[in-house]
Amino acid sequence: MKRIIVIGNGMVGYKFCEKLVASNYAAHYTLTVFGEEPWPAYDRVHLSSYFSEANAEKLYMAPLSWYEAHGIDLRIKELIVGIDRQSKAVISHKGETYFYDYLILATGSGAFVPNIKGIDKKGVFVYRTLEDLEHIMSYGKQVQSATVIGGGLLGLEAAKAVLDMGLSADVVEFASRLMPRQLDEAGAHLLKTKLEQLGIQIHLSKMTTEITGNKAIAGLAFADGTSLETEMLIISAGIRPRDELAQTCGLQVHDRGGFVVNDKLQTSDPYIFAIGEAASVEGIVYGLIAPGVEMARQVANQLMGQEVTPFTSFDMSTKLKLIGVEVGSFGDPLGESEPVETIVFEDKVKGIYKRINISKARKRLVGGVLVGDTSSYGMLLQIVQNQLVLPPNPEDLILGSRGDQTAGSGLGIDALPDSAQICSCENICKSALCGIIASGIEDIGQLKSKSKAGTGCGGCLPLMNDLLKHQLKTMGKVVKNVVCEHFEYTRQELLDIIKVKQIRSFKVLLTEVGQGDGCEICKPLVASLLASTWNEHITKQDTIQDTNDRFLANIQKGGTYSVVPRIPAGEITPDKLIVIGEIAKSYGLYTKITGGQRIDMFGARVEQLPDIWERLIDAGFESGHAYGKSLRTVKSCVGSMWCRYGVQDAVSFAIEIEERYRGLRSPHKLKSAVSGCTRECAEAQSKDFGIIATEKGWNLYVCGNGGTKPQHALLLANDIDSETCIKYIDRFLMFYIKTAEPLNRTATWLNKLEGGIAYLKDVVVNDVLGIGEELEKEMQFVIDTYACEWKEVVNNPELRAKFKPFVNSNEGDPSIKFKALRGQKIPALSQD
Amino acid sequence: MSALVEKLSSKQQDSLIWFKAAAISDFPDDGGACIKYKGYQVAVFNFDNKQRWYACQNLCPHKKEMALARGLTGSCKDEPKVTCPFHKKSFSLHSGESLNEEAYCIKTFPVKVEEGHVYVGFDSSY
Ligand code: SRM
Ligand SMILES: Cc1cc2nc3c(=O)[nH]c(=O)nc-3n(C[C@H](O)[C@H](O)[C@H](O)COP(=O)(O)OP(=O)(O)OC[C@H]3O[C@@H](n4cnc5c(N)ncnc54)[C@H](O)[C@@H]3O)c2cc1C
Ligand code: SF4
Ligand code: FES
Repeated sequence: MKRIIVIGNGMVGYKFCEKLVASNYAAHYTLTVFGEEPWPAYDRVHLSSYFSEANAEKLYMAPLSWYEAHGIDLRIKELIVGIDRQSKAVISHKGETYFYDYLILATGSGAFVPNIKGIDKKGVFVYRTLEDLEHIMSYGKQVQSATVIGGGLLGLEAAKAVLDMGLSADVVEFASRLMPRQLDEAGAHLLKTKLEQLGIQIHLSKMTTEITGNKAIAGLAFADGTSLETEMLIISAGIRPRDELAQTCGLQVHDRGGFVVNDKLQTSDPYIFAIGEAASVEGIVYGLIAPGVEMARQVANQLMGQEVTPFTSFDMSTKLKLIGVEVGSFGDPLGESEPVETIVFEDKVKGIYKRINISKARKRLVGGVLVGDTSSYGMLLQIVQNQLVLPPNPEDLILGSRGDQTAGSGLGIDALPDSAQICSCENICKSALCGIIASGIEDIGQLKSKSKAGTGCGGCLPLMNDLLKHQLKTMGKVVKNVVCEHFEYTRQELLDIIKVKQIRSFKVLLTEVGQGDGCEICKPLVASLLASTWNEHITKQDTIQDTNDRFLANIQKGGTYSVVPRIPAGEITPDKLIVIGEIAKSYGLYTKITGGQRIDMFGARVEQLPDIWERLIDAGFESGHAYGKSLRTVKSCVGSMWCRYGVQDAVSFAIEIEERYRGLRSPHKLKSAVSGCTRECAEAQSKDFGIIATEKGWNLYVCGNGGTKPQHALLLANDIDSETCIKYIDRFLMFYIKTAEPLNRTATWLNKLEGGIAYLKDVVVNDVLGIGEELEKEMQFVIDTYACEWKEVVNNPELRAKFKPFVNSNEGDPSIKFKALRGQKIPALSQD
Repeated sequence: MSALVEKLSSKQQDSLIWFKAAAISDFPDDGGACIKYKGYQVAVFNFDNKQRWYACQNLCPHKKEMALARGLTGSCKDEPKVTCPFHKKSFSLHSGESLNEEAYCIKTFPVKVEEGHVYVGFDSSY
């Protein structure tokens, strides 16, 4: 039995273990792994998600139990301080000696910290480990501003994190543009504009000469005489391989750092390998995960006597993960490796810049840059890597095909050769994936777990999805947007079945046209369909509802619920305000004005909900459906009632609209607003349907969205009277309810609707399908059968009894705990 | 061999403490409810109109929310499962394993129904 020792339990060190485990190493080797950090290997690439989640375990590559289960002796919090090559042993900081037959150096790198005057002041950080993040987060709580030195990939990610911490963010870059190694002048300029819109200040061509301040940092001084005030600094000026162990044993290192390795990844000692960011291959240190994984795989293969290919160079294409700005750079982005011709597309209005470099003979794609829209990144990267022959008009690659919708650029997934590498992190090619798909894969989750592709940075998932769909199609499997494994139908087909067969319960539907037990996808979906069709009380079938609908309230951290009474159009009398205040006070609820012009009371225990609602209903309130996929708020501005500019009574109309559609169940939630004039203070153009007053009546806008991907609403009809406006909304909403896919907001639905807004106008305004009247009738049924869900619960002892935490006890849930904040309470979580 | 396994497992069953949780009628059809056993919260589920019963810890290992009893039940192929209402992580009610290929897993408990009552089996460590 030979002994393998791995120094470093980072991403690459872990991948090495994973590869060994996959080839049943245990018959030949024992495996001991040393890690300096206080936790097992974690996903450094997604380190920034720690800012929002603050959950280290979620980032672990594998839990501690995994190492144990595979016989790996993992020793975390143990630093190796020396190597003795003569006796083939390593020495840990505890003074203990461990012997090896093969030694793997996976020590990674640390942040490169330039030698600037004042660098040791308080408030200066690097961005590399979980511990760095914890320090940054806790220091960030005491300050208002932070600066990042370094405008590269990592620096910008750090800047976004600074912004997310609620601090003002500045980025200082030495070069004259951002991401100088990945972007050209024009692309970098557009990126800068976009980041500035996000609120990040960018300072280019700045060489920092001093960090000023007394004990703690107060500012930066630059070589050009200018300065910048800042309370915190994050240095992201590059990486420095952790090759310090070389000094203890005379291994060869490169001038720019890193253990020098040959193409078998052997150091100057054939029993010692170096992989990941600690290795220097032909003078290059690869600061990305994909080459590291490939190195781990090759060394594991060598040790297991499997086929080896020499490791030479590796593609450095990257996508920036910054939320809000899409940036990609692939192949040779700047066209420096050979003479190239460049094709550039720029749309300043939409903020899109695309550049491709093609070989002089216009045969091959060499590389390129994408800013603002990286949807074609995967495909372009494939073309570069597989040296595909370009179409006659290479500009189609970035412009898409124009005119003839069906022409395509002839470079779909079909054109990729079998050897095309789809997942670069795991090095998995197209033919391998196709083979796995052919063995009977049906969804992307299965494909991921069977192939391991897409489990690294996740960048290849869109391409994997396309490949999966394409393969299933060629295998003759109909790729239908079926609901889930329990119903072989689309949402629309299920709606038709429910209507035609007059089905009123999930169970009947499942027995008649479904299979299995249902799941979290089909149950709420069917619940919504049943509600839109029959408008019966939803708690009658409470166990098919998402928890929010089951308990008619939004579940929150810690397991309490929120209470949101409807306040149509945001208009409320002083008396009603007092009632809300009194109720909140007597149940100790946290109150807040919502973004939807009403009041939310948070922190109610499930057993308190009926009592609270009883009091609200007594005072004339009703459910606000904040929990449902249904109408939320119709916001209003004060309109002609009070406002000197108002041309119509926006509040009255908003109340009428809100009361008309309250309780309407739909594929996703619905929001609306009415503004009293074109100044648009109610923000109607960001709503699913928005109404703006004109001198002559109303303009009706539809399919707007705030939220994750904001989109402006489009004009459906102008200068219409109230009655016509309501007629069109009736038709519009019912048409949406009948045809949208589950959980698609109106904006997403419209984006997929063939013919777009012109077609929607034809259906709603011109009634080309002749279904206008039917849609109105269906809407009228829902309006006529409306009843406040909470009122029914409050008055029905049987329904009321469902609101308790335990079936075998009348106690409240003792795990719910609160703490105080600014005179109110908030959840105290077990993690706190 | 199988006789031995049977004997061993029946022995294990013997050492369980069967806790009389509540009447069958206290549970909703085809869904979950929470019971308390000593200080411990257990989610109890039934499928097919109270034909099949399962139980597991109420605590979701993801964000440590007391939540699973309020989750939607269902199946994934033939595996019965529950999905946490907070972030939709699913767990097998047989093995307790995560169905999202994550490291989380939950504890499951045997359930039996006798004379109109639901019993959950705990070993003496609870
Ligand atoms: C309470 C409130 C925040 C606040 O304190 O102001 C809120 C709270 C929640 N929002 Fe919101 N949203 C609130 C206004 C908004 C707005 C602003 C608005 O309506 O004018 C938006 C953007 C407008 C839009 O929807 O187009 C908004 C966009 C979202 C989204 C993203 C939707 C999208 O299409 O991308 C979600 C996620 C979802 O629904 O899937 C969401 C989901 C949620 C949920 C329900 C998350 C959840 O499932 O638990 C939050 C419930 C918290 C709780 O415990 O009660 N919330 N949310 C606001 C309630 C308004 C109300 O009176 O009902
Ligand atoms: C914020 C951030 C974002 C990133 N984003 C991307 C991205 O989008 N795409 C991408 O491809 N790459 C990205 N990277 C780079 C990627 O994370 C690294 O390439 C990868 O982690 C390198 O793995 P490694 O195992 O070589 O080094 P590391 O992950 O650094 O692991 C080395 C480990 O060895 C330990 N160690 C060192 N010396 C010793 C010793 N003597 N004894 C014991 N233990 C020791 C260290 O403590 C460390 O835990 C990002 C990096 C960061 C920091
Ligand atoms: S209230 Fe809305 S924006 Fe705020 S945290 Fe919740 S979902 Fe996110
Ligand atoms: S707490 Fe259960 S899925 Fe997050």
